[in-house]
Amino acid sequence: MSEYLIKNGFVFDPVQGIKGDKADIAVKDGKIVKSSEISSKAKTIDAKGKSVMAGAVEIHAHIAGPKVNEGRNYRPEEKLFGYTPKKTGSRMAGGFSIPTTFKTGYEYARMGYTTAMEAAMPPLYARHVHEEIKDTPIIDEGAYPVFGNNWFVLEYLKNKEIENVAAYIAWLLTETKGYAVKIVNPGGTEAWGWGLNCISIHDPVPYFDVTPAQIVQGLLEANEYLGLPHSIHVHTNNLGNPGNYETTLDTFKLAEGYKAKNKFGREQVLHHTHVQFHSYGGDNWGNFESKSKEIMEYVNKHDNITIDLGQVTLDETTTMTADGPFEHHLTELNHLKWANVDVELETAAGIVPYIYSPNIKVCGIQWAIGLELALLAKDPMRTFITTDHPNAGPFTRYPRVMKWLMSEKARKDQIDAFKYSDKVVAATHLASLDRELTMYELAQMTRAGPAKALGLAHLYGGLKPGMDADIAIYDLNPEKPATPDEIEAAFSRARYVMKSGTPVVVDGEIVSHGNKRTLWVNAKVNENPQVVRDIKDKFLRYYSVNQANYKVANHFVPNPYIIEVDATQ
Amino acid sequence: MTKSVTDVICPFCGTLCDDLEVVVSDDGKTIVDVYNACAIGAEKFMHAQASGRVTRPRMQQPDGSYKEVSYDEAVEYTAQMLAKSKKPLMYGWSSTSCEAQSVGHEIAEQVGAIVDNTATVCHGTTLLAVQDVGIPSCTLGEVKNRADRIIFWGCNPCHAHPRHMSRYSIFPRGFFTNKGHKNRKMIVVDPRNTDTAKMADIHFQIEQGRDYELLSALRVALRKEVLPDTVAGVPKEKIYEAAELLTSGRFGIIFFGMGVTQTLSKNHNIDEAIMLTKDLNEFTKFSIMAMRGHYNVTGSGQVLGWQFGYPFCVDLSRGFARYNPGETSSNDLLRRGEVDAVFVLGSDPGAHFPISSVKKISELPSVAVDPHITPTTEVAKLHVPVAFVGVEVGGNCYRMDNVPIDARKVVDPPEGVLTDEEFLTRVNKRVKELMEA
Amino acid sequence: METVTLTIKSQPVLFLEADNITPDVFAGKSAADIASLHAYEGRDQITLGKYFDVAGKAGATAADTKIVVKGDVSRVKYIGMKMSAGEILVEKSADMYVGGWMQGGKLTVKGNVDAFAGLGMQNGELIIEGNAGNYLGAAYRGDWRGMQAGVIRVKGNAGSDIGTFMNGGTIIVEGNVDVHVGTHAEGGKIIVKGNGKSKIGGQMVEGEIYVFGTIDVMMPGYKYIEDVDLEVDGVKGKFALYHGDLGERHPKRKGQIVYGKLYQKI
Repeated sequence: MSEYLIKNGFVFDPVQGIKGDKADIAVKDGKIVKSSEISSKAKTIDAKGKSVMAGAVEIHAHIAGPKVNEGRNYRPEEKLFGYTPKKTGSRMAGGFSIPTTFKTGYEYARMGYTTAMEAAMPPLYARHVHEEIKDTPIIDEGAYPVFGNNWFVLEYLKNKEIENVAAYIAWLLTETKGYAVKIVNPGGTEAWGWGLNCISIHDPVPYFDVTPAQIVQGLLEANEYLGLPHSIHVHTNNLGNPGNYETTLDTFKLAEGYKAKNKFGREQVLHHTHVQFHSYGGDNWGNFESKSKEIMEYVNKHDNITIDLGQVTLDETTTMTADGPFEHHLTELNHLKWANVDVELETAAGIVPYIYSPNIKVCGIQWAIGLELALLAKDPMRTFITTDHPNAGPFTRYPRVMKWLMSEKARKDQIDAFKYSDKVVAATHLASLDRELTMYELAQMTRAGPAKALGLAHLYGGLKPGMDADIAIYDLNPEKPATPDEIEAAFSRARYVMKSGTPVVVDGEIVSHGNKRTLWVNAKVNENPQVVRDIKDKFLRYYSVNQANYKVANHFVPNPYIIEVDATQ
Repeated sequence: MTKSVTDVICPFCGTLCDDLEVVVSDDGKTIVDVYNACAIGAEKFMHAQASGRVTRPRMQQPDGSYKEVSYDEAVEYTAQMLAKSKKPLMYGWSSTSCEAQSVGHEIAEQVGAIVDNTATVCHGTTLLAVQDVGIPSCTLGEVKNRADRIIFWGCNPCHAHPRHMSRYSIFPRGFFTNKGHKNRKMIVVDPRNTDTAKMADIHFQIEQGRDYELLSALRVALRKEVLPDTVAGVPKEKIYEAAELLTSGRFGIIFFGMGVTQTLSKNHNIDEAIMLTKDLNEFTKFSIMAMRGHYNVTGSGQVLGWQFGYPFCVDLSRGFARYNPGETSSNDLLRRGEVDAVFVLGSDPGAHFPISSVKKISELPSVAVDPHITPTTEVAKLHVPVAFVGVEVGGNCYRMDNVPIDARKVVDPPEGVLTDEEFLTRVNKRVKELMEA
Repeated sequence: METVTLTIKSQPVLFLEADNITPDVFAGKSAADIASLHAYEGRDQITLGKYFDVAGKAGATAADTKIVVKGDVSRVKYIGMKMSAGEILVEKSADMYVGGWMQGGKLTVKGNVDAFAGLGMQNGELIIEGNAGNYLGAAYRGDWRGMQAGVIRVKGNAGSDIGTFMNGGTIIVEGNVDVHVGTHAEGGKIIVKGNGKSKIGGQMVEGEIYVFGTIDVMMPGYKYIEDVDLEVDGVKGKFALYHGDLGERHPKRKGQIVYGKLYQKI
């Protein structure tokens, strides 16, 4: 395989603690190696005056699967005049808030992202998720099956049967080729089967008589029992409502006293996603305000929790979540087209287009809250940049989010552009925050941090010899100050991107589809005849497919990267 | 000795039953018997065995007779036709696997084709309605486990989706419906007194072409507003009663078919039915689902969706994807003379399109890929026989509720017969060479 | 104002996509420049000059440019697409998408047009002296933001689905219309001087529809309110006012529920 030497760049690598020093990065056989290990034939890439980082890692985005595709298919108006024509060597690429699979791969790669996690996989639709992942070029991907409203989980946790839940998780991860335990509106989505919801973490789930708190805590214990690479990945109850920050803090507190147990170097036991949507004060849209300080005060003090932002980008977008009742609530507010799917025994999902308008006060406050979470974070290794794509905005806006986080001026310009800037300022803390993230902190929030939280620090997020050669080079010279717009432009089109040692982007353009892999976790547990029997019984009586037709066959995952976990001891 | 293949997926309708048992001969070449399938599904398997099946491509001669050609020649003809055409129509895709569809799309992208599937004459109007107003829906297992109000509107599952009622909608005992059909109220809306209507608790035998008005009237009734004395031939008292019945259930669902998608008002009927469903969610839980016809028409919409962003009628002619049924829909294209070549796979437009469109196909360079001799293969210049998907080759398919199920292979295809995917892959390779030249 | 004259030389084998025929694209260009602008026939990119003789020259801006299209362009799509100013006169019939997503200026077609004329119209004036096809002044698929402003006048008949998801502006059809008028409208005004059929104002939230002639079947969600004397597009008369669609949601303004208004001439 090829050898490369990336020379003279300013390197930002939290894994090795390199903070912008000039250093050479050597690549051999898809891995980063010591410079002494490559031959004189290595191809040299001159990164003089540019910044070099590991490929970025997306920890939470909705980029593949049934609801994403429903979003694509039901929004032709979004693609009307924005399609990228076909070029030699690449496929047609279209869509804005819900790009086609090809565009998804291309756009991530262009920004220097080389790994992305699909945030919610309905197990019954896992095959669909993997078909789309297969058609998403370049980036490595994994998918989180949803567990928080699954009938097996609800029934086992009613009796606190952690070992049975663990055995079921292990079985489902293997059946669906899944990566982690995702929880969305625990219990509330099952309640949605009857048009109901669970607003607080103590509202019992109809019929199943278990509370969201029990579900989250039980899945947390099962997750640590198994020692999975990622922690439970939570979207708690009461998303999007004024005053919901208390529910969020209540959910965080469920993790108190737990320590991570795994062999992957992961330290958190609970990742809470798109916290922006969960950091709201007030009790109506009139007195709606930021509670980012209360949230971050808690997060900063508790190092067994990680979060991601869910940053609002002020675009017209398409919301989609397994939080079925929330999407119904949203369509009641904006009257835009509502799609919903309830999935037998497992979950649900809803979709509604949404316009985050700079002329609406609430949207301005939401925008500020996301940025505040990042700027108030004391440990950038535990707070990650996301837009909860496409919910708060498309992932293609990451460069803009980075600009806002790195430039106080860029934030001020945006605040001034709001129609109700005074009201936004009054309801938030952003105007008083002068912090500007450094390139190193950015590398922590987008590379090393998410990789570690996913239990993938051995592969991704850094440039240490032995790690995968996922490398991005940006037109940013740390010795010369960049304007906000230059920051956004540089992160939008990386000068050069390498995935597992293969150049995939040169001068901002796609040059190769790479050799994308699908990450999934194969967890071994002791034989558990009860769970085996329960699974068989549920398929016979309640599922609409036969058990033999449920498993995602290997051919749907043609290039797997399987992470083995042994919990038989 | 025979052996049994279990958990077989039925490649007939969008119900996509996955519990068939097929008995095959010991050498794995002959199907002996089919269990659990409906009569049509069983026939589908047995038909693969019919004698006199064409096993090599056939080229139509000037005198109307057919000449056997090799697959190589068939690949060459197809690739040349597509590469020379300015705007070919690549139609069908509903009776094949997603893997084959995917290869077809790669060809289409290179030659600037229009890719359209059978939704264009079936549930395409549903897709338009979904684009206008969304769709609250669920999987069929939700219906089995929860539903107590079942409406069949303009569809006749007794004949078109024979096992739908027994597997999912009326008879099964589910988690919250342990009394089966006794837990459920069945309502049928159909101008005809169909076999499905005969089973219903309530049958609204409405005036033809007035579905939109009746659906609207139900929404008016839900809002407790005034109604005219009769709507669509139904007295207003009955409409208020029906609204009451719908809201009094715990979980309801509307299944609808071509009786509303392809009659007057088309997409507007579905639009109004979806909005009725949305309104009903103010009172209770309600869903709505299209009774999709071909076993993998849903899959075609899915693959087109993730690759191009539109579920049918996808026009790739200008190097990017466009979509506007009414213009980019097969029958409009054929009627208006907008295409100059036709490629058909996994459908039989010769049997389902208006005669004017079929005539247009016969006047153009054309290729039909189909295991059988069909009205389409009879007008096409080239007929390429292929293996039966779901019988002789596996592949992914999507059920009417979008649930993906991987179809199984049961027996080998006849000696030397290619699968859809194999044939398309060879055409793709040749098209690539021609387009790059 | 400068005038560019396009005269079609021969009919395309397939249909011609000529979205470059607009004052905006022509502005500042000579006849030769215009003849070398792109058009598409299927996947073939060709020039306008292949099918049109181009005479005259364009003004410096769109507003200073008038385009006259001579000959049968019933196989030419997208004439006047997105035009923002200036003028187009089509002397015979044109195909689909005439004045699609038009933003301003004036576009006149002396003959008939096919479907999707004035689709997603933002503003401007579109006059069809013959008949119009389906989806006149409608929204593009999936968009809840249809016609915003401007005027469409059809002197003949129009097809089905006119003014779908209309938000503003005026559509006047002097002849008859097919089914589905103003479906999902949330504003704007549609005047039908001939007869309507059925499905008029279905799912309408707000806006106005006037029908001078007959309505075969009234939507059930329309409630008679009162008779009113009005002058509509120069015609005085007594109209029966209905409110609807009562099956649809309606906003409240100043404590009053806002309905769609359907006026039928008595």
